[in-house]
Amino acid sequence: MDLGFHPGVRAKVLRNAPLLDPVEIMINGSLLSIRHEEARQVEVDSQ
Amino acid sequence: MSKPILAALAGQPNAGKSTVFNMLTGARQHVANYPGVTVEKKAGAFSHDGRKVDLIDLPGTYSLTSYSLEERVARDFIINENPAVIANILDASNLRRGLAFSLQLMELQAPVVLICNMMDVVEKRGVQLDLTVLSKRLGIPVVGTNAQRNEGVTQAADAIVDLAADALRAATIQVDYGPMLKHIDNIETALQGTQVDVPLRWLAIKLMENDAGARDIITNNVASPGEIFATAAQEREAFEKAHNIDPEVHAAHCRNETAEILAKACIKSAKDRGDAFSDRIDAIVCHRIMGPLVMLGVILLLYYFAIDIGYKLTEPLIGALLNIKGEILSLLPPAGIIEDPVVRSLAVWFMDSMIALLTYIPIFLILFGLIAILEDSGYMPRMAFILDRLFRNYGLHGQSTLPLILGGIYMGGCAVPGVMATKGIPDERARLATILIVPMMNCLAKVPLYVLLVSAFFSQTKTLAMFFISTVTIFMALPVAKILSVTLLKDRETAPFLMEMPTYHIPMLRTVVGRAIERTWLFLKKIVTIVAAVSVIIFALLQYPGVSQEKMNMYQTRWDKAVAKFEKQIGADNTYADALRGDGLGQFLLFAENYKQARFGVTDQAKANQVFEQFQQQNPTFAALLKPAKTDLSAKKVKRSMRRLSRTRKRLRLNMHKDRLNSSFLGQLGEALTPVTQYAGFDAKVNISLLAAFAAKESTVSTLGALYTSENAQQGLDSRIKDSGTGFTPLHALALMLFMALYPPCLATSIMVKIQSGSWKWMGFSICYQMALALGVSTLVFSGGRLLGFNGFQAMWAFYALAVAVTLVTGLYKPSPKTKQLTQKEIAA
Repeated sequence: MDLGFHPGVRAKVLRNAPLLDPVEIMINGSLLSIRHEEARQVEVDSQ
Repeated sequence: MSKPILAALAGQPNAGKSTVFNMLTGARQHVANYPGVTVEKKAGAFSHDGRKVDLIDLPGTYSLTSYSLEERVARDFIINENPAVIANILDASNLRRGLAFSLQLMELQAPVVLICNMMDVVEKRGVQLDLTVLSKRLGIPVVGTNAQRNEGVTQAADAIVDLAADALRAATIQVDYGPMLKHIDNIETALQGTQVDVPLRWLAIKLMENDAGARDIITNNVASPGEIFATAAQEREAFEKAHNIDPEVHAAHCRNETAEILAKACIKSAKDRGDAFSDRIDAIVCHRIMGPLVMLGVILLLYYFAIDIGYKLTEPLIGALLNIKGEILSLLPPAGIIEDPVVRSLAVWFMDSMIALLTYIPIFLILFGLIAILEDSGYMPRMAFILDRLFRNYGLHGQSTLPLILGGIYMGGCAVPGVMATKGIPDERARLATILIVPMMNCLAKVPLYVLLVSAFFSQTKTLAMFFISTVTIFMALPVAKILSVTLLKDRETAPFLMEMPTYHIPMLRTVVGRAIERTWLFLKKIVTIVAAVSVIIFALLQYPGVSQEKMNMYQTRWDKAVAKFEKQIGADNTYADALRGDGLGQFLLFAENYKQARFGVTDQAKANQVFEQFQQQNPTFAALLKPAKTDLSAKKVKRSMRRLSRTRKRLRLNMHKDRLNSSFLGQLGEALTPVTQYAGFDAKVNISLLAAFAAKESTVSTLGALYTSENAQQGLDSRIKDSGTGFTPLHALALMLFMALYPPCLATSIMVKIQSGSWKWMGFSICYQMALALGVSTLVFSGGRLLGFNGFQAMWAFYALAVAVTLVTGLYKPSPKTKQLTQKEIAA
């Protein structure tokens, strides 16, 4: 959460790692990587 | 001059904290650990406007809760040391996230200066920041810098010194906690009158969040903590019931919202394109096919620079060190004819151990420099990103990649920087598992033994055998990591894998060189002192109780006989007979030895003549014997007989050395261990050399060399082992190689394991389990191989297949999902 996962924030999925997991996303203009397992905990609305 | 100002740098990782630190303090800094923990504490100083400022670089953390060790260390420092100024470094291109951290600092009512770093990145993204607005809103001074290019240094220093003079200026900004406010107020009221050194408002907020550190403060300072805890619990419950959200999560959201409002207020541009630049690079570097290729290239380059180039640089260094050794030796009591004074042997042993370690300096400098480049450029997290999936199956972490590479995942690393590099792994379980398997990689020091055994016993299949030992280690390490993480380490904390992929930067030469020197120095300081002490202990264990008087007499008699023969050979009428009688002979032997040493490595003819002239001046008679004139028949005769006598002397010394080793404490231990080690194919000789190898693995080959002495000095050690009649077979060699691969970490690494794991217990464990594992594997290979009638080559590949199979099976095994239930905090995130 300290890395910027907050309600209402916009996240863009950029790419999966070569072994398919983890995934790289852009949030607040900066890049993060997160395992699918943990990403599953994030609630998103597609837009 | 007045008292120095104590200032601390605080901020999130990747905000450029170290760069700002370097920019302010220049070279005046030193690194230590915070007392009792493994977190690095960097301190430095600078002068500005006639005031001296002591600057402490706090660990970079994303937040100021008390979840991680770093967070606790940073927060405790602010609370307990009460710095006059806190310079909060913030990545201006990620204003919102940075401000959420700043707000936590301000809640502590610490005197904060906000330093917005990386202003250039912001501009490149087409964003304009109005720092005056930010400063007004926050009520604290705000400075913009671009630390990489040294821009804004003076302003930052100004702000720090000014704020110190005017420390009453606390931030005016308040986080809007919305409906939680009244609960916080209630707790604050309950806290009135308590004697604590922290702001009550902050304490109330943290108690509302049920923060462990805040609870500790209450427990330690308040007479009846129960009442306060009860109030806090009551308020938390009431809030949770009414709003159906964890107070801690709500607090974080509120801070984030306040941060966002602030950020919006000072951003004066239409659109933030985000980190499009890094995204474009990642499109290649993290690409499904290109990514692994790029990574392979980076690893190969790393090895090339550190090992190939580094090794070349060690040669002149070894030369220099040997020269120093020679100088020191000439000051010591001279060598005896057949027995040396203990002082001398100790000095030789000590210096050899030191030299073995010090020769690694160039390699370390290069390795640490390259790591600094990888760190600063931002590539390191990408490596973790690519390999996380693979390593996770074995209880490791994407960030285990670098430590394993440094340890020598293929061949030729060093476990010391490898273990050191585990520091950054956030997942405690994976970090310990990595620390425990890094020493199983093929470090440089294991290579000489491999080369020796492969060329002696697998001479037909050298390449295959080398490939085997280089690659089999990872197939042994991965299952071990897996087993450790589902058994011994299963209760260790794990962390969700959430990693920042920082903006790519071009690393600065100054930072890279600085960090390389700083880390190498740290290594020297910490490791060398301990290795020095232990090398003396091992020397004693190898030296005592010593050779029995009986045997000594026997050697003396044999020497006397040889001398008598020598004297007969040269004849009593020889011109030099008088000079070589009694003590004269010993003097000549020393003289000749010194000459040989002085001549060593001198290839230039003119210089060689110069050396000879020096010796001629010292003792013309002896010098005449070194280079007999054509007409001097007596001298020629002496030289011929002398060669034989020297050989006898060498042999006697070697035999005596062998006797000493065998009868020493360590030797007895080696002998006593044979009932166990015979199943692995090790005899007492091998045991002794492996025991001695604990100080430094390089010494295995030299101890073996001392034990397998040969009548024929020309014969290489490989053929000596082969022909020594001990029945050493390729299967023996294979077992020994595998043992070496898994053998306990050397002393230097063990100390590093202690430093990084923070306990002697883990160091002890790391030594013992590897010893047991090594013995188990080599016993399996040797006894199993013999049982099945395999030769060395067959056993090698049978074992390889087994290791790969175990790796695959353990990789597939998934323990029941007993990973701790994600807390609500993480779910809400």
